[in-house]
Amino acid sequence: MKSLRKFLDNKKPLFQKGGKLAKFGSTFGAIETFLFTPNHTSKSGVHIHDAIDLKRTMTVVILALVPAMLFGSWNIGYQNGLAFGIERGIIDNFIFGFLKLIPLLVVSYGVGLGIEFIAAQIRGHEVNEGYLVTGILIPLIMPVNIPLWMLALAVAFAVIFGKEIFGGTGYNIMNVALLARAFLFFAYPSQMSGDSVWIYDLPNKVPIDGFSGATPLGQIGQGAVSKMASFHDMFMGFIPGSIGETSIIAILIGAAILIFTGIGSWKIMLSVVLGTLSMGFLCNLFPLNDYMALPGYYHLVMGGFAFGTVFMATDPVTASHTEKGKWIYGFMIGVLVVLIRIFNPAYPEGMMLAILLMNVWSPLIDYFVVEGHIKRRMKKAKLKANA
Amino acid sequence: MSIFSSKNFKLLSSPLNLQNPITVQILGICSALAVTVKLKPAIVMGLSVMVVTAISNLVISAMRNYIPPRIRIIVQLVVVATMVILVDQLLRAFVYDVSKQLSVYVGLIITNCIIMGRLEAFAMGNKPWPSFVDGIGNGLGYAMILIVIGFIRELFGSGAVLGYNVVPKSFYDFGYINNGMMIMPTMALILVGVIIWIQRSFNKELIEKD
Repeated sequence: MKSLRKFLDNKKPLFQKGGKLAKFGSTFGAIETFLFTPNHTSKSGVHIHDAIDLKRTMTVVILALVPAMLFGSWNIGYQNGLAFGIERGIIDNFIFGFLKLIPLLVVSYGVGLGIEFIAAQIRGHEVNEGYLVTGILIPLIMPVNIPLWMLALAVAFAVIFGKEIFGGTGYNIMNVALLARAFLFFAYPSQMSGDSVWIYDLPNKVPIDGFSGATPLGQIGQGAVSKMASFHDMFMGFIPGSIGETSIIAILIGAAILIFTGIGSWKIMLSVVLGTLSMGFLCNLFPLNDYMALPGYYHLVMGGFAFGTVFMATDPVTASHTEKGKWIYGFMIGVLVVLIRIFNPAYPEGMMLAILLMNVWSPLIDYFVVEGHIKRRMKKAKLKANA
Repeated sequence: MSIFSSKNFKLLSSPLNLQNPITVQILGICSALAVTVKLKPAIVMGLSVMVVTAISNLVISAMRNYIPPRIRIIVQLVVVATMVILVDQLLRAFVYDVSKQLSVYVGLIITNCIIMGRLEAFAMGNKPWPSFVDGIGNGLGYAMILIVIGFIRELFGSGAVLGYNVVPKSFYDFGYINNGMMIMPTMALILVGVIIWIQRSFNKELIEKD
């Protein structure tokens, strides 16, 4: 450790103002703060000192994602075994899946961080931790068969057009990870939906008889409600789907971590669930087709709903900021998810589009909430003045 | 003033860059998104707009002193509409398939803001020849952006240029797939944005101060 510190201290003048490599100052800063606790202290004005900074926030979110990631790795192996009739133990399934997941993680981080570093260099900013969570979220919402070059393209698109052109971390209006998924969904629909993309190796090999590989959302979209997995299986996550989204249990552990540490807003999570349930049960009242007759609570365990609710809708940058706004924002996401799933057969999964749409609306919600506050308080002030 | 004086040359060249109708004045975006899925319709559309702008400019400029100001918009529209119908008929006669692809957008050239803008801002106050050159210049500026967008969208969206497949088959064998997003108008809007971005990073004077 000491020798590393010494090495960095030796090289530091090179990267500071006037040094030979001053251009790469932010890269050096990023590596230094990655390795050691930064020793800057604020020098002017009044500051609130808090143990939590951007880096710690991100670290907690990554910790919360670990259960979903571990389960996702296992499920890749398990589903592959189911498809081709291979028996493997839990550990073998996990290792099999983890090895498939690693290239996706490497590409996601390589491309995304590369762009972040370049953008910070051009702007002369410090490199910040904004991509750490996005980089792990993106592979977890992809089908396992996604070609690596597509993933790289989507990451580049999302980071450049979703984040950097708005000014970098904290300025994006839409969730970067979902933008990457939306890009792939519209650019390469054949690789992002259908029955064969969710299970490793399925497009290349012939599965055993009777195996379809369709996700519950896919099956219900085709009207095959009877073939759908049981509620229990969907809750546990023994179903095909995007890598990290299948297991509700793993995601609930993550949700508990986020809520306990106060990083994810429980108001948003709760209101998304409430919105989905109310719209789901409303559809149950008018069961015109199988999908509308499906019990409303099924929407909570299907597709990317849980993952989106816990990790995407609560993104502090793109969600509503006012407390009242959070309820409206979350509730509308829930309503839209069910609407898109049931009434738009072209998009079997509504979560991505619902969250992206509400991301765009959230500043407007905040605006009206704040205006409402101002109006109310003006009224009060006037009443007092008159009294 | 000679026919190709430097002043006239400036009328021709400024719409290509600093006064570009699409990327600087943000006019005619709608048609730029609608007709650029393939390169060929984009070229034909660009040329049509150029012809209509130039000749309408010429005609309106020639009679600018006889148009009562109160009904000038009507007169301008009549001239533009006549030109558009002529162009539409010519396209149907000689490039029927492209005319089919352009469908309603040829007729909608009438409502293209670039044309009305040039008539109002330039032809009503200038002599016929400079007006004609101004029309050609603005048409060129419009066509240029359309061609760039059309080229990129056809290349990545359909793997072809002017209808000829240019992406080699071995690419597809390796798993390359045409980008469906390029077919959508969304991507055209993003491409316009990228072109504006590139243009402004070269011409700092275009960047607004806030």
